[in-house]
Amino acid sequence: MTLAATSATFRSWRQPSIIPGFGLTFGVAMVYLSLIVLIPIALLILRTTQLSWAEYWEIATSERVVAALRLSFGAALIAAAINAVFGVIVAWVLVRYEFPGKRLIDAIVDLPFALPTAVAGIALTAIFAGNGWVGQFIEPLGIKVAYTSIGVVIALTFIGLPFVVRTLQPVIMEIERETEEAAATLGANRRQAILRVILPTLVPALLTGFVLALARGIGEYGSVVFIAGNLPYRTEIAPLLIVIRLTEFDYNGATAIATIMLAIAFVMFLTINLIQVWARRRFGYV
Amino acid sequence: MTALAQFRRDTDYTQANLALVAPFVEESLRVKTMNVTVENLVKAFGATPALHGVSLDIASGELIALVGPSGSGKTTLLRLIAGLDFPNSGRVLFGNDDASSKTVQERNVGFVFQNYALFRHMSVFENVAFGLRVRPSATRPSEASIRERVMSLLDLVQLNGLEKRFPGQLSGGQRQRVAFARALAIEPGVLLLDEPFGALDAKVRKELRRWLREIHDRTGHTTVFVTHDQEEALELADRVVVMSQGRIEQVGTADDIFDNPATPFVFDFIGDSSALPVVIDKGGVSLDDRTLAIDANGHPDGPATLFFRPSHARLAGQESGTIVGTVIGARRHGDIRRLELEVGAARHRCEIDVPADADVPKTGRVAVKPAKWRLFPRAP
Repeated sequence: MTLAATSATFRSWRQPSIIPGFGLTFGVAMVYLSLIVLIPIALLILRTTQLSWAEYWEIATSERVVAALRLSFGAALIAAAINAVFGVIVAWVLVRYEFPGKRLIDAIVDLPFALPTAVAGIALTAIFAGNGWVGQFIEPLGIKVAYTSIGVVIALTFIGLPFVVRTLQPVIMEIERETEEAAATLGANRRQAILRVILPTLVPALLTGFVLALARGIGEYGSVVFIAGNLPYRTEIAPLLIVIRLTEFDYNGATAIATIMLAIAFVMFLTINLIQVWARRRFGYV
Repeated sequence: MTALAQFRRDTDYTQANLALVAPFVEESLRVKTMNVTVENLVKAFGATPALHGVSLDIASGELIALVGPSGSGKTTLLRLIAGLDFPNSGRVLFGNDDASSKTVQERNVGFVFQNYALFRHMSVFENVAFGLRVRPSATRPSEASIRERVMSLLDLVQLNGLEKRFPGQLSGGQRQRVAFARALAIEPGVLLLDEPFGALDAKVRKELRRWLREIHDRTGHTTVFVTHDQEEALELADRVVVMSQGRIEQVGTADDIFDNPATPFVFDFIGDSSALPVVIDKGGVSLDDRTLAIDANGHPDGPATLFFRPSHARLAGQESGTIVGTVIGARRHGDIRRLELEVGAARHRCEIDVPADADVPKTGRVAVKPAKWRLFPRAP
């Protein structure tokens, strides 16, 4: 009896399919994910459990850690938001218009992917420092970029741009010309067509690009440490603080900060994911 | 929803239902329509010519079909009327107003796109309301009257109760009707439909066809629709415009087009036909040196093409002047059987219809006599 019941459950769970290989690919996927993602994270959390709650809470609420976390997440949010706005425009121009050098500019978008982040950080610092190309003009105006939190935002903006542009491009390509023409025949002017028809259809992809840019920004280390100046309490990002703790052999302190980052990031991405699931239910697409 | 219920919803615009909504429709949805005049429109896309000087008068309230094969310029003509493309020369008049300088927004045309082009992030209600909501605040109706108008349009297109759905949750036929209601919402002077039933299966297509005719009769819009389906054009339209290669071949009622095709193209394109190359010499018509019992009165001597419809030809006995051919195939076509023949040494193909129960040899030679035919001159 038990055997029969078990085999029935087993059969209903494993639907007969014309795309075979589920067992094999699922197994490979799970092993791979475990090795690359789950086991390291589990060890991280395990390590944190060596701390008592009191110790953990003390680290988590210490002024320096809070300041670093606030800067990391705040700057990443601002940078992702900036990219969300300008990334749409860049993607739009690259998809919709033909102009000389289009391929070249399209390739330039990928540079932040390819460039070693330290190189990007040094280049940005050179440009925005008080005697740099841009810095010498804006510093007399009272805008100091290098070695301030603005510098952090700029570095993270640079790093995050390709995520937004590359996510949006295929979606903009998919917008049918007829949809815009339909809006026009119904009397909508160009501004109304963009605001009411085009942008709303881009929102799901924009959200995805935003999340990717945000995730990248939160974890970014290489480019930021050069331009930020790394003053504790002011321009010190959380990943840097983790490295500092490690160099002090304070492994528990490092893992504590890491798990806090992990938790905040996880909650943020879960929320955005749920928004997308909701949108898919509501609109029947994403 | 079960498949059956879904199907009922799809096809739930029967006569009875239309009769129920009709009295309410009459008052609120009847519109002022206008006639449309197309004068000598020329359009080329780069070096590719699309229209070579097309002129057409469309009467107010008329239902006109533009029919022709792919690349005949029918959609181009429709888009030029709408203002979605601009002609190289020529003009379009709405009533007595030259629309050439008007933008597509100002023309106030209802346009239904082949793939519907619904706004997929908006509900059915918001799709239909869109044209009213984007009006400048001076002419924008109140929220209550927008609601009233949208609901009565959804009533008209038999989509009551679906106003909260999104386009992704509708069947093809339902989407088509949303697109139709959306176009009607702006009280257009002219309704333009690009292959309105092109993407639907045959049964839904047929029912929507009749539905469109009834809606047209009640709302009275001047309507132009494009189709490549001649049956659809002949059944639905007051007048049919047959187009080929950027030119109008013939404009006329279904009877005109079918009974008196003006050009070889029209004869060939509309309805089934057989064409045989013949030579006219001193009033006599001959096919491969065999004289046919066909009167060429009025036609000049020289090479010509003899057109006749399979249904207008019959099997002949031992008469003179018949077309003699070998049966190479027989197919059942509804109530009749259609024979395919090879005629003459050059093995020209032609078709004739015989009763389904006629005793015809599967192969072998038969003689055929067309009862009605047309001759068109042919380049040698």
